Amino acid sequence: MKPTNLTAVLAGIAAIAAGCASMSDQEASQKALQLMKASFNERGQAKLERLDQDETQKLCSKPPAQELAKEAAARIEKQNLASIRYPADGKLIGDWKSGERIAQNGQGMQFNDDPKRPSGANCYACHQLSKAEISYGTIGPSLYNFGKLRGTSEPIQRYTYGKVYNSQAFTACSNMPRFGHNGILTEQQIKDVTALLLDPDSPVNK
Amino acid sequence: MMRRTMAAAVLAAGAVLGAAAQSNPEAEIAKYREALAAGNPAELWEARGEALWKQKRGPKAASLEACDLGKGAGVVNGAYAELPRYFADADRVMDLETRLVHCMVALQGLRFEDATKRPFGAGTNRSDFESLAAWITAESRGVTMNVALSHPKEREAYQLGEKMFYFRGGPHDFACATCHAENSKRIRLQDLPNLTEKAGAQLAYTTWPAYRVSQGELRTFQWRLNDCYRQQRFPDLKFASDASIALTAFLARNANGATFNAPAIKR
Amino acid sequence: MADPMRIRAAERDGVVNVKILMSHEMETGQRKDGSGKIVPAHFISKVTATHQGRTVLSAQWGPAVAKNPFLEFNFKGGKKGDRIAITWEDNKGETRTDETTIN
Repeated sequence: MKPTNLTAVLAGIAAIAAGCASMSDQEASQKALQLMKASFNERGQAKLERLDQDETQKLCSKPPAQELAKEAAARIEKQNLASIRYPADGKLIGDWKSGERIAQNGQGMQFNDDPKRPSGANCYACHQLSKAEISYGTIGPSLYNFGKLRGTSEPIQRYTYGKVYNSQAFTACSNMPRFGHNGILTEQQIKDVTALLLDPDSPVNK
Repeated sequence: MMRRTMAAAVLAAGAVLGAAAQSNPEAEIAKYREALAAGNPAELWEARGEALWKQKRGPKAASLEACDLGKGAGVVNGAYAELPRYFADADRVMDLETRLVHCMVALQGLRFEDATKRPFGAGTNRSDFESLAAWITAESRGVTMNVALSHPKEREAYQLGEKMFYFRGGPHDFACATCHAENSKRIRLQDLPNLTEKAGAQLAYTTWPAYRVSQGELRTFQWRLNDCYRQQRFPDLKFASDASIALTAFLARNANGATFNAPAIKR
Repeated sequence: MADPMRIRAAERDGVVNVKILMSHEMETGQRKDGSGKIVPAHFISKVTATHQGRTVLSAQWGPAVAKNPFLEFNFKGGKKGDRIAITWEDNKGETRTDETTIN
């Protein structure tokens, strides 16, 4: 046999052997999606469409060890930034008392939740906010004194509102839900959470 | 006499917890767990499970005693520590609940729909699976986790389970990894095991099933996955579905080498 | 017929330690079901432990006791091989008695 043919045959065998041992990464992703679609039932407000990923979710479905390519991260942030809808009346700060209630409330959008009731943001699940609330999570950084440390300038208001609306506008693959973009919170609710963070009278800033 | 002493004890416990909770919530919760550990109500489910295993039921009036959980027909001791695994007679990878369904259908003649009618119990509406799982897993207490990846379908299940673990979806963009891929994190005051590292995976998997005090029920790993997905705002994970088996295979395999220690008791 | 209790009794240095796990819903009567109706109270109201006919523990319980209650107590005067019996009675008049041997 000519050397080039032998090389080709050996390469072919290696390829087939590799294929038998495990699926390619892309095949595995596709097969996992098929598996999931066949293994979930619709229930309550949770329809099977929830398994359809947008581009952000697809790109962010990777182990943390795998570095996201710089340009992919930049694309995610750009797309998500473009999705932010600021209030038409230009007022970004609402009522912090309501914001605290929203921050404490972990209900909304689960298959056993009543779709007619407003969702909470469940901020305390992941963040420290007011000093008085000791039952707080540590998945996200502490937000204690958020406004006190940053002030309430217009850029800070826009950043804060925008971060709650769509956290991935600023951090690609952030663990934080995109509360405005995905329709979890209403505009007024986001204003109220912004107030909780920025209002000098808010317990967060005391 | 009993009532007064108990009331006094409860008040004292409450006062201690109140004061100390300000300084170290995790330590106080650990003390609470220790106090609960004696008298784990899971034993009540274990007793029911052992009876169900031996009870003749279904159109074939047969017990589950001939069921092969992977180590031979009727061999229960150590079986859970090797699940999920490939079963040639079904040509698929199965976890404990799936295998029990298989045996209920094959040995007892039950219809699949009837056998899987109640996967999770509520009060006096009990689930056979929770009772059977309590007893069968208790028979693996002290055994070293040893989930194999020898069959190609076992390897495939692991790979697909891993993909599921990192799958971000739903209105909250949550994946399992959102909460379970970093060390020393917690939701509110609930510590979160890092399931991508050996220590976290071992601690988590070897303590399910467990009596969940807040539920007042013995809950299995199938329940845990279903309830995680509910909170992730996903739809309803089907009981004993292929996806549930794949994810279980991924998480169980990651716990290999640890000593199995369930049924446990959790908040 | 309610589920059996799990009872363990061990004697050491003249003291018998008894651990009992009871299967009971212990419904407080304060909870509401999905439709807003009160779930009726159903809880153990009396517990008695006897050793060779002699009462060694008598308790009056209420809705504050947890579901599937665990009770542990000690008494003197029991020997290995003796029988002890535990009886509970609930607010609906249901009752259950289980026995074990001290080891």
